[in-house]
Amino acid sequence: MNEVLLEVDGLTVEYLSQTGSVKACADVSFTLHRGQILGVAGESGSGKSTLITALTRLQRPPAVTSAGRLVYHSSDGDKVDLLTLSERQLRAYRWSELAIVLQSAMDCLNPVMRLGDQFEDVLRYHDPQLTQRQAWERAEELVAMVGIGSDRLRSYPHELSGGMRQRSLIALALACDPDLIVMDEPTTAVDVVMQRQILAQLLQLQDRLGFAVVFVTHDLSLLLELADQIAIMYGGRIVELGSAREIYTAPKHPYTRGLRDSFPPLHGELTTMRGIPGSPPDLRTPPSGCAFHPRCADRLDACDQQIPLLRPVGRNDVACLLYEETP
Amino acid sequence: MTAPVLEATNLSKEFPVHGRGSRGTTVKAVQNANVTLHKGSIVALVGESGSGKTTVARMLALAYPQTAGTIRLNGAEVSHARNAERSYFRQVQLIFQDPFASLNPLHKVRYTLGRALRIHQRTLRGKELEEQTLELLRKVNLTPVEQFIDKFPHELSGGQRQRIVIARALAVRPSVLLGDEPISMLDVSIRLDILNLLAKLRDEEGLALLYITHDIASARYLCDTIQVMYAGQMVEGGPRDSVIQSPKHPYTKLLLDSSPDPGRSLRSGDTGLFDVADDLGEPPNLVDPPSGCQFHPRCPFAMDECRQTFPERTEFPDGQWAHCWLHQKDRGHVLEGKP
Repeated sequence: MNEVLLEVDGLTVEYLSQTGSVKACADVSFTLHRGQILGVAGESGSGKSTLITALTRLQRPPAVTSAGRLVYHSSDGDKVDLLTLSERQLRAYRWSELAIVLQSAMDCLNPVMRLGDQFEDVLRYHDPQLTQRQAWERAEELVAMVGIGSDRLRSYPHELSGGMRQRSLIALALACDPDLIVMDEPTTAVDVVMQRQILAQLLQLQDRLGFAVVFVTHDLSLLLELADQIAIMYGGRIVELGSAREIYTAPKHPYTRGLRDSFPPLHGELTTMRGIPGSPPDLRTPPSGCAFHPRCADRLDACDQQIPLLRPVGRNDVACLLYEETP
Repeated sequence: MTAPVLEATNLSKEFPVHGRGSRGTTVKAVQNANVTLHKGSIVALVGESGSGKTTVARMLALAYPQTAGTIRLNGAEVSHARNAERSYFRQVQLIFQDPFASLNPLHKVRYTLGRALRIHQRTLRGKELEEQTLELLRKVNLTPVEQFIDKFPHELSGGQRQRIVIARALAVRPSVLLGDEPISMLDVSIRLDILNLLAKLRDEEGLALLYITHDIASARYLCDTIQVMYAGQMVEGGPRDSVIQSPKHPYTKLLLDSSPDPGRSLRSGDTGLFDVADDLGEPPNLVDPPSGCQFHPRCPFAMDECRQTFPERTEFPDGQWAHCWLHQKDRGHVLEGKP
């Protein structure tokens, strides 16, 4: 459990344009352990999806990873910086080491191929020795893991319900037994009941197979129930990183607190809640200093000049001047 | 209780299915829905996608005629004649989900709001028009108003756009607002602002509001009454706290158990949300819905009656009601246990 799987160090992603560059992810660092679930929460434009594409090296120009390291620790003890690999070398890692599940299942499945053929495609690419028959047998095992009957392998994606499509994507991601699965809002398009069922299955599989998950969503209340560690992103930076319990019971960063208090409770006392005034920053013209300062109620004088660094405060890591020690 | 402003009884909608081999078949989107809106109170319509909640809103907005049932505004039955529709729209306004798609990108706020004002007050011109436009912006807390009146939609954030959409709906001084998922496209941190604004409009303007959502926690925050829809049928309704604290329909209970609520699990220490081993099932196909209670294929308590006929409405003392055979058969207590 405490073995390191992925070290992200100073990852910076910029979108280049004629009028200058936009830093969608700035100086993002965290460490992911084997079998851990890391949740990444943030609003639209906070850089969470950019982070996903950078982690999997799926970004396309104009997005460019301009700085940082992405050190992947293989199970045999090898360490490799994913950012230095060529596309060809990277292929050895894709799917068999790290896999991805995206939000829109309909766009991720090929509409003119039967579900089983799509499994076969992946399985036989990664293991050319596999016969078609073996591949279909493996596909049956995989879909059974997410509660889909093997007769469904002969269906086309449009014949499946939304929940089934999303579950088959998870099964597809597991095809080559990866150690890390990156998920970008995998349950946003399905209803809460289906979301609960999909995630329950995911947790059972994770328990059995021991893969680690990076789970990106805007729904902090969901992450609080799901993740071990949670990273809160704002304006392209991680502003707070801590365990789910700490983030819920003792959030340090004013943004984390505001975000937590933006979800009305289902039980217990109901009070008037405020949310966070203002709106998320436009990263083309980011605020100077801390990106949150224009909306922050606890703003200090230096907040619009100095970009705070992520440093340990209590049991969390927080990037906020309120907790910087004044010398 | 005062007389309802807007009342829909036994509203049903069937959409014909087109295509080869499906002649004569219909999608039964809504069946026998009842909605009653009172002045100064908010009713939430909660349900999954495909449960028919948007269809109810569209019928109430007269976007298309109902297949069966009646809509009454201030006691008078609503007709679909052209002139009658216009006076209906003066009373009932719809707010859409997507503030990015519901404003014309080519027009400034001044035009968008001014047009809505002038359609219903033909003689409004000049200074008075401007004054009323500014007043609308003030009502939705877009201050300083002078700054916002000459903006294009692309210059505004999602939350600000949704405020403009609400202001436009208020231009006719309606007595009923129908909000179809008004916050689900917005960023989490600004959703509460919009909810608070809707609550303010209820209290200050005495609006009757129908709030349609899939998020039962936000329904609890905003609304006085909650109604739950499943597969085109209203399965339960009643005062907010009764429905949330003691749901009387197994579907409501499933919905509540499935909604993330960090307070619950972190307080009690269990991670109940993801402790499910069984298949929770999926909503039925409405072209060929199950007989009887539509929830019976997913219901852990399903009995023979459930497969045959849709249950009558059971009323509870505090105004809560449910359509469930468990109460007809005096077995309501089974809902108390764990699912």
